[in-house]
Amino acid sequence: MSNDFVKGFTFISDRSDLVLNRLGSHLVLSAESVLIAVVIGVPLGVFLGHIHRFSFLAINVSNIGRALPSVAVLAIFLPVFGIGDTDVIIALVILAAPPILTNAYVAVDQVDPDTVDAAKGIGLRPLQVLLKVEMPLALPLIFAGIRTSAVFVVATATLAGIFGGGGLGDIISNRESFGLDGVIGASYVLIALAFASQLLFISFEKLITPRGLRGTRQGAPGRLRRQGAAALPGRGVPAALETQPE
Amino acid sequence: MIGQVGGALAGGPVIPTFGTTSKCVLQNRTFCWDWFKDRWSSTFVPALLQHIQLSVIAVVIGFAIAFVLAVAAHRARWVIAPVTFFTSLLYTVPSLAAFEILVPITGINYFTVEIALVSYTLLILFTNTLAGLSGVSPEVLDAATGIGLTRTQALLRVELPLALPTIIAGIRVAVVTIISLTTVAAYVVPAGLGKIIFDAIGNSVFNTAFIGAGVLCILLALVADALFAGLQRVLTPWAAARRGG
Amino acid sequence: MPVAATGTAAPLEFRDVTKSFPGMETPALDHLSFEVPAGEVCVLVGPSGCGKTTAMRLVNRMIDMTSGDILIDGKSIKGSQPADLRRAIGYVIQHVGLFPHKNILDNITVVPKLLGWDRKRCAERAEELLELISLPQEMGSRYPSQLSGGQRQRVGVARALAADPPLMLMDEPFGAIDPINRDRLQNEFLRLQQAIKKTVVFVTHDIDEAIKMGDRIAILREGGDLVQFDTPDRILAEPADDFVARFVGADRGLKRLALTKLDEIDLENATVVREGESVGLEAANGTGNVVLVDNDGRPVGDLRGHQMSAVRAADARPLERTLRSTDSLRDALSMMMTDSLRPLLVLDAEGRVAGYVSIDLINDALRRVRGDNHSDSGINLEKTAAT
Repeated sequence: MSNDFVKGFTFISDRSDLVLNRLGSHLVLSAESVLIAVVIGVPLGVFLGHIHRFSFLAINVSNIGRALPSVAVLAIFLPVFGIGDTDVIIALVILAAPPILTNAYVAVDQVDPDTVDAAKGIGLRPLQVLLKVEMPLALPLIFAGIRTSAVFVVATATLAGIFGGGGLGDIISNRESFGLDGVIGASYVLIALAFASQLLFISFEKLITPRGLRGTRQGAPGRLRRQGAAALPGRGVPAALETQPE
Repeated sequence: MIGQVGGALAGGPVIPTFGTTSKCVLQNRTFCWDWFKDRWSSTFVPALLQHIQLSVIAVVIGFAIAFVLAVAAHRARWVIAPVTFFTSLLYTVPSLAAFEILVPITGINYFTVEIALVSYTLLILFTNTLAGLSGVSPEVLDAATGIGLTRTQALLRVELPLALPTIIAGIRVAVVTIISLTTVAAYVVPAGLGKIIFDAIGNSVFNTAFIGAGVLCILLALVADALFAGLQRVLTPWAAARRGG
Repeated sequence: MPVAATGTAAPLEFRDVTKSFPGMETPALDHLSFEVPAGEVCVLVGPSGCGKTTAMRLVNRMIDMTSGDILIDGKSIKGSQPADLRRAIGYVIQHVGLFPHKNILDNITVVPKLLGWDRKRCAERAEELLELISLPQEMGSRYPSQLSGGQRQRVGVARALAADPPLMLMDEPFGAIDPINRDRLQNEFLRLQQAIKKTVVFVTHDIDEAIKMGDRIAILREGGDLVQFDTPDRILAEPADDFVARFVGADRGLKRLALTKLDEIDLENATVVREGESVGLEAANGTGNVVLVDNDGRPVGDLRGHQMSAVRAADARPLERTLRSTDSLRDALSMMMTDSLRPLLVLDAEGRVAGYVSIDLINDALRRVRGDNHSDSGINLEKTAAT
């Protein structure tokens, strides 16, 4: 049995086209879901943070999101969309959007009020304040939220294999066809993928952090430390592993 | 009662018998209330209870282990690194794979599920419990030992009560995570609400099963989450005092 | 249990105490020896790094000494388990360290409960203590987060006193409080100490606080070197060396004056006349301290330098500046400086004439080093010569 752990590697090299194919669809699936979640979550979160309203909702939506069992969410849309890509993407978006929204909200909401005040004071209009001052300062934290979600999506997209969406889950959920070495091999790839996306995002965040903010509390890849935002997924979990391993 | 650790699994059949000829079922409409009502006590309730049982056992055992480790780490800082490393490692393993790997070793039973589930709780519970203990301000601890509490008394009467909110927060996250993972476990070890869902996929895509089990599972998780959020508030009267008392 | 939580204050002795920390070449404390008589406040003061907090924490075994001994009431602290020892010692720290999850009453009664007092006794004691620290009884059910910094520290003191320990340790207890409230708290504590007379070891870096609070001051320099151990007045009058002189400050003369009140020295006589009486030549030309008073004996005006037969109210110059007998010599000097150092009238508590204070009197006071109230209680400055 322990042999399978070694054979996992040979599986990857032997069945490289299969693995690559599934890896590809896994990535596409994850990317699509995260993108949609970003399009929904970021503008809404930023807007709410800018007007500093609905904080209870904005913060607790990620609490609820975190509580949602992935398989259940995948299941309840089956009647509507049937087995396949669509169902998986919808479910993943629902699971990924809340933390993105909450992070975006908190990021903009917590921009130093003195800075915003100064911006208004020198004559910037509300939209300009948002775009030129609040957004740049909030960006690192927004991306931290996207990163958390992305890593989570990559892990959870594995379930797509059961629900007809393809991806590495196709292999991992199919021990009968691919054997234990196949399951393990695909898992190696999945773990590597999770770490890689984590690292990628962290480097990206470092790049987009305005030079003045590097190393400060608002700079990436910081994590939200507010007690009130204990709701955020990943609190209590090391930044490297803010995933739900599904 | 429900299956013992290491024993074989018990469960009810889920496959819709097309013998019940309600039109709704035959047409596989989105949700057939009659079918659901029919199967409520024979299928859904046992599955729900099973699900709860599996989750609770996992969190209880996980917490017991994590608690001991956290207290040890609190006294001896060198413990933190190895424990964090090891529990992180466990957490990284994709859950589906974890169950698949364990089954050949420990068989298709509760035990297998619990091993994996407990492993997943450790990181969250250890980190949060330790964070809670470390969050107690040093002056309070200094005062506690300075006025004559022994180390154990200080832990029990001062540090733990003050760490409780953070610890409960950790348990809250662990509980919802485990409820979710238990559903995944059903793919390999048929049990709980996940079983209903996977059976319905496997044999014939039966919509009512998806909605029924899916919604039940979501409700279970949300109720548990709200419960612990409430518990957190109730157990911290002094924080309440600060808020408005 | 060797050291018990009795009510009566106990004397404290440091005997050749040495503390070395691993990795440090020089010990933090080196053969430190001194004695604090029962019921006195001993202030450990010095610059940071002088070991004052270390010395204090050795007493309740928060740190253990490398060699030497510390004796409370003649018994070594090594003879008790640390937790037991600490229950017999009051412990007040700078940031108070109240338990946030307990209300004020529960915070105060922690040690009595540990010692097994029953609920009734604890409740009564808590009530007593709240009154002692001038906090209203309703505060008892509040939580620390609802109290101000000053109130919290008062609760800290109450907690320390709860089991009526024979000894109190206070580590910069008023350091985190704003200056105005710090002054109030210091005064309150002094009042408290007058009433309960505990043996107190008080650590501070502020020489003015040391002078104000201490019956005896131990000045330490870096390396745990005890440079001088004496009453505040003697330290100010006769600093042992340059370091002490610099540490107490160049204005030590003024500081000394602040220590003495007008009612503690012999004032110059004032000639008191009523309306209609006469002022003799001797009185007028002598000291010139002639005061016109009303029927109650309260001063109306100044008749200095006047020789007259029948004094009338209109003859007297109205009094612009007077002092009270509770004012210090320093206040007196301060006021005298606004009037070319002329003598000033001093009134007693009821507002009647007590006498005159002059610059000569103040000079005399400075020259005289105030005697020690307690009979020689062994001011041991034994420092075995370090080799």
